[in-house]
Amino acid sequence: MITAGIDMGAKTIKVVIVDDGNMVGKAMTIAGFEATESAERAYTTALGEAGLAEGDVERIASTGAGRRYAPHAKHDVSEVKCAVKGAIDLYPNARTVIDVGAEEGRAIRCTEDGNVMDFALNEKCAAGAGAFTEAMSRALEVKVEELGPMSVKSTNAIPMNAQCAVFAESEVVSLLHAKTPKEDIARAVHDAIASRIVSLARKVGFEPDVVLIGGLARNVGFVDSLQRALGCDVLIPSDPEYIGAYGAALAARAG
Amino acid sequence: MTATPTYETRPLQCWGKAKEIRKQYYVDYASAHERGGLRWAGGAWTFGAIPCGLGDDVYSLTSEPYGASIAANKDFSMRCLEATERAGYARDLCSYMRNYWGSLLLDEYLWGGSFPKPDFIWQDHICCSHAKWYQVVGDHEPDIPQFCIDVAVGPEGAINENKLSYIVGQMHDGIDWMEEITGRTYDDEKLIEAVYQECRSTSLWAEICCLNKAIPAPLEEKTMYSLYVLGTLAKHSKVVADFYEELRDEVQDRVDNHIAAVPNERCRLMSDTQPPWGFLSLFRYLEEYGALSVGSLYTFGLIGMWEDKPDGSWGPRTTPQQQGIDIKDRDQALRILAAWNLSKPEWQHFYSPHLKTALMVRIAKEWHLDGVLLHYNRGCEGLSVGIAENRLGLIEAGYPVMTFEGNMGDEREFDLARTKARIDTFMETLGFTRESTSTGSASAPSRARRCT
Repeated sequence: MITAGIDMGAKTIKVVIVDDGNMVGKAMTIAGFEATESAERAYTTALGEAGLAEGDVERIASTGAGRRYAPHAKHDVSEVKCAVKGAIDLYPNARTVIDVGAEEGRAIRCTEDGNVMDFALNEKCAAGAGAFTEAMSRALEVKVEELGPMSVKSTNAIPMNAQCAVFAESEVVSLLHAKTPKEDIARAVHDAIASRIVSLARKVGFEPDVVLIGGLARNVGFVDSLQRALGCDVLIPSDPEYIGAYGAALAARAG
Repeated sequence: MTATPTYETRPLQCWGKAKEIRKQYYVDYASAHERGGLRWAGGAWTFGAIPCGLGDDVYSLTSEPYGASIAANKDFSMRCLEATERAGYARDLCSYMRNYWGSLLLDEYLWGGSFPKPDFIWQDHICCSHAKWYQVVGDHEPDIPQFCIDVAVGPEGAINENKLSYIVGQMHDGIDWMEEITGRTYDDEKLIEAVYQECRSTSLWAEICCLNKAIPAPLEEKTMYSLYVLGTLAKHSKVVADFYEELRDEVQDRVDNHIAAVPNERCRLMSDTQPPWGFLSLFRYLEEYGALSVGSLYTFGLIGMWEDKPDGSWGPRTTPQQQGIDIKDRDQALRILAAWNLSKPEWQHFYSPHLKTALMVRIAKEWHLDGVLLHYNRGCEGLSVGIAENRLGLIEAGYPVMTFEGNMGDEREFDLARTKARIDTFMETLGFTRESTSTGSASAPSRARRCT
């Protein structure tokens, strides 16, 4: 059976086409103001990558913040359930899934059959989400993709109060004025996010294996900070930002 | 997944009367001086029966319900909060208190006119904010005399005769003080009557909450907020006690005839602490899943008085009248009043979150709950402290818990869209899907229904 999952994320939209459990097509676009149209474009691109036509797809499910506005989708599934579904399909021993996207971080504890036991979401605080790294990279005047490699070169741990992204930005500016190396500031940023995320993971009582998904899983600096804070390694799929959409496609198959 | 039932439902017949009593309470307070009466202010937790001994023309303005009423009026609340901040008070203080202070600073009463200043303040110190609340009022209105009773004597299980005497001694002093500042002679018969009525109304409210153990629940919590509030205004009043008796009879009738608050009830939840008052639509959103909150320790235990029943269940406290106790004098009335209030369920967790967890688990079991919604209420440290501990206890007892952050009285700290998204996820994990159309609650008529 060919199914599709559409993840209507806050910043980006991801579409995954699955054929008998295999990811055969994927595409990502910026959500923008016309998220439904953006999703339509991503869907068409993913179909093209899979070499399929619309009529070939039997079921479509959506997830993400804007999931009720996804085109074609006949039903919608929460981000939490899709994250677990996708992660456990790739890593059957996963018992904790950490998902850090642009606007929200979440930790989920699950059973071996993919049921959600407990979940915790980042509260009204940008410091536990990917958008925080974008704000901090602007403050540091580096590209966001440079922040991770820069961070792992750091040799000093600097405490940073990251309860609030706005206050954290002013703290970064103060550190820059104090001639603090950018590498150390980058690490402080990632340590701060990791601290917030680990707090969520502890809330649900995390246990290994821990799978990290979402766009921030591509940031090596954050991964380094997270593993240090968790005290264990995390498993990262090859397409971490697509796992929500992948989970939605698997959910669509289940009906 | 549980199939969707369809229960019969209908509006509460005494709904309009509840609204009328509440409205009259605020009008009576504001207009008391026109009739030669007295006004006093204090918390909803205070020993409100005691000023009744000054006469039948003594009216109160309890501060938390007033702060909550302001919170439900978002425009006025914002002006109050900003006025408080302009005066130099921090945003992270009790939001009821900030709304109240704002109304005072603006000199505007929620129901129109200037802020009706009390003739005296009669308060007790249940939390840090209650201790400071009227101290600040006194800073701005130094001519208003105030008397505060310290109630920090420990949880119910630790109360002994000496501790009770400590409270009762302060009450006696307070009565002397009231006579001095008002120039009135205190009438012990009126005190005794008020104590009887307080015991009656608070036991009746517990009885009403008990009826919500029924499936389907005859009441849902959004409606209960509009009913329990009468007890927070004047729990010692015969009007309130009589109303609760009428309400008890009507709710019993709903139980007997399987009249549901939510016709599609299939998921029973409870909440905790004060809700974000400006966003009670959240409870209607739950109904789209066939879910309802049947109450909480907050709605059950702030006004309701409880005891262990012979069958092991939690039930309404037997009143002094029901025990055949004849209150003969002031001291006996005060001792009964003090002991009655110090054993209030909602009072206990100020001393330990574990006491609260035990009460919450008991409610979850006896009210047949499927899950719990915990409000991490940034507006009330007193009721939110230890709530993360409660969450762990509930999970350990086998109840799924969803948490959400918000503020009972400051809408700037609540995110409706994200809270709804969180509910979506929680309901999904419980195995419930949203129904395409909401059947809505019938116990509290919608605005449209009330208009027709």
